[in-house]
Amino acid sequence: MLYSPAPMHIPDGFLSTMVAVILWVITIGVVGYALRRVGKDLGERQVPLMGVLAAAIFAGQMLNFTVAGGTSGHLMGAAIATILLGPWAAVIVLTTVVGVQALIFQDGGLLALGANIFNMGIIGVAVSYFVYRSVQKLSGGKTWGLYVGGFAAAWLSIVVAALAVALQLALSGTSPANIAVPAMGGIHMLIGIGEGLITVGALAFVHAARRDLLHIGEAAPTGGKAVWVGGLVIALLLAVLSPLASAHPDGLEWVAEQKGFLDTAQQPLYNLIPDYVFPGISNEALATIVAGIVGTLIVFGVALGLAFWRRRKTA
Amino acid sequence: MHLHFLDPYQPRNSPVHALDARLKFVLTLAFILTVSLTPAGAWPVYILLLALVVSAEVLSGLGIGYVQKRALLALPFVLAALPVIFTLYGRPLFSLPIGGWTLTASVEGLERFVSVALKSWLSMQAAVVLAAATQFPELLQAMRAVGIPRLLVAMFGLMWRYLFVLVDEALRLMRARAARSAWGTEAGKRSGGSVAWRARVTGGMAGSLFLRAFERSDRIYVAMLARGYDGEVRALPLPPLRAAGWFLLAAGLTLFGLLLIFAYAFWG
Amino acid sequence: MHHSIEIEHLSFSYPDGHPALRDVSLRIAPGEKVALVGPNGAGKSTLILHLNGILRGEGRVTVCGLPVEEKNLGRVRAAVGLVFQNPDDQLFSPTVFDDVAFGPLYQGLPPAEVERRVTSALAAVKMEAYARRVSHHLSVGEKKRIAIATVLSMEPEVLVLDEPTAGLDPRARRGLIHLLRDLPMTMLVSSHDLAMVRELLPRMVIMDEGRIVADGPTAELMKDEQLLEAHGLEKM
Repeated sequence: MLYSPAPMHIPDGFLSTMVAVILWVITIGVVGYALRRVGKDLGERQVPLMGVLAAAIFAGQMLNFTVAGGTSGHLMGAAIATILLGPWAAVIVLTTVVGVQALIFQDGGLLALGANIFNMGIIGVAVSYFVYRSVQKLSGGKTWGLYVGGFAAAWLSIVVAALAVALQLALSGTSPANIAVPAMGGIHMLIGIGEGLITVGALAFVHAARRDLLHIGEAAPTGGKAVWVGGLVIALLLAVLSPLASAHPDGLEWVAEQKGFLDTAQQPLYNLIPDYVFPGISNEALATIVAGIVGTLIVFGVALGLAFWRRRKTA
Repeated sequence: MHLHFLDPYQPRNSPVHALDARLKFVLTLAFILTVSLTPAGAWPVYILLLALVVSAEVLSGLGIGYVQKRALLALPFVLAALPVIFTLYGRPLFSLPIGGWTLTASVEGLERFVSVALKSWLSMQAAVVLAAATQFPELLQAMRAVGIPRLLVAMFGLMWRYLFVLVDEALRLMRARAARSAWGTEAGKRSGGSVAWRARVTGGMAGSLFLRAFERSDRIYVAMLARGYDGEVRALPLPPLRAAGWFLLAAGLTLFGLLLIFAYAFWG
Repeated sequence: MHHSIEIEHLSFSYPDGHPALRDVSLRIAPGEKVALVGPNGAGKSTLILHLNGILRGEGRVTVCGLPVEEKNLGRVRAAVGLVFQNPDDQLFSPTVFDDVAFGPLYQGLPPAEVERRVTSALAAVKMEAYARRVSHHLSVGEKKRIAIATVLSMEPEVLVLDEPTAGLDPRARRGLIHLLRDLPMTMLVSSHDLAMVRELLPRMVIMDEGRIVADGPTAELMKDEQLLEAHGLEKM
């Protein structure tokens, strides 16, 4: 199989509903703002450009190369998109890539899509932008700034996004922070090197062939400062928060447990329908058996119905 | 060469395929939300949810085997939830002595792990059925219908249209690389060059892919202009949902609601 | 009566300073079918892009009586249908229907009329059954036909085609030639396929280095071995 899912895409089931919904809300806000910005700042030429570049990033993710053993590096693309298009268009492009991956290839869940767009499209782009702009400023626009900035942006965006994934899993009570954070962080410090090298290679190619293209993303966009600050804050926050969470996993566990997310809603419901309303199935084992039978009947009924329907269609 | 196998759509003559994409989209999302909200340990509800999604698999004519094969894609991620068996405090289940350490599994931990794995598996199946029984262009219409901004939907459409074209290009690049790699893929042998060098070559390929994408987008833009494009994304209005459609939608959502009430009444 | 295409003293240079068109003048009467031939880089594609205002150089371009200028662009683009060489660039929508509907939609037509236009355009290229199909599953020949339908749906007076037979196998090429023969509108076809030119297009315009170097009946120009050879064309 050519298409291998990356550990960055969270499937459904791994995030608590509350974490997933909160991240959806943030994501909708940021992507909505980015859509307005792109509509205003960029020419109409950008619409096909963003769409095709999203496809190119997806295709680029197939160009993997062997790192060591069975692992291979491939592209997330947040850094290269940010450098080529600027932050707002990059958010849209990454949203498109991650969305299509979830909808078509089930790479990452649908309820978890808000979180996945947040991690790769928002954190990835903000961190990339912050790092790349900073290095560019330091280098005074020299070519080494392009490469060093590109590598650092790619590497850090991967690592920070991975830490975000780990924290979200911990916050959902799915994976303890003291295991998830070092595991995700450690793996992605390696994967990030691959991302960085590919990004630099791609930048070198574009620099040699069409230097003019590198200026699209260079012009400071409106709200560029806010993105820069956002990237800085996200990078710092996750760099500080993750080791902290890792050292005190119980803290996050406690949040996950206590805030319990649905406990409050459960109480009244529980009181509303006390056990004796259904005297026949108050016993849990019995309920399981009944559900099993009902479930089997549903499937059997559907299969029968389908067979009948098919026969009538062909008759 | 065409990458038809990349497109998960499986044409069948089934009622699930014939169903309005807007309904499929909304019901799939509602199903996944229901799965997500079902508390750990509510096994009977999980069984009923499984029965629902398996029914859809049978009805769609895709076959249970096909859906399971694709649904297992998320399996490796389950590893991330494995430690929770041992780290969650609760009634001890069993202990594993490892070196000087003792890992104690708890009933609550195991319960949480199994629910996470189940939730993931159920959601994945629903998403696979949706993707395999719905043409992507119809899904785009469904996205428009639920209020996703037109520009974003247009972006999804463009990406999907050119995905196959660009993946073809990427594969041609990879084939060209493989054709010139003397020891490329042989197991146990070191491939040519250092990791950095290999990454740079790959980066160059990615760069040329991006460059072609830029140039292609220019040509597409010209083709759009030639047919009157003015920067605004336009589309024909969607046909209204029929009464039967509304009924099905209401029935589905009610069923999910009832299952949740049932789940919280006993296992909340 | 106006001419379908009227170009007077048109010159154009690309931003890098490279001159692509030098003082080009050309008149095409309604219903005429004209070939545009010449080596790569002769300026054929650049000339074509001037016909509906995507590029604008110095000189005058009038299409169906409409001067090509900012305020007329909408009508000019409806009057001249441009079919590009690579159908993958022309078919940018998810489905065949969406692609054929794109032009009428941007003309601001009501939904029912858009549907009617799509149906009749697909019928004209004999691809009625393909409306719900997805472009990337089609063969090159099918894509070419759909690409032509995407401009027929705008009901243009003039059809301009860039290399319509490039990349087609013999059978698809034959089918396309028959299709073009049956379309009634004014036609300007840029091509290297001289056999097709001779069969389909009675008038031939030869371009080289940004200039029109010959313009006359195809049958006569084809006999002029020296002329053909001087501009990189082969006698058939």
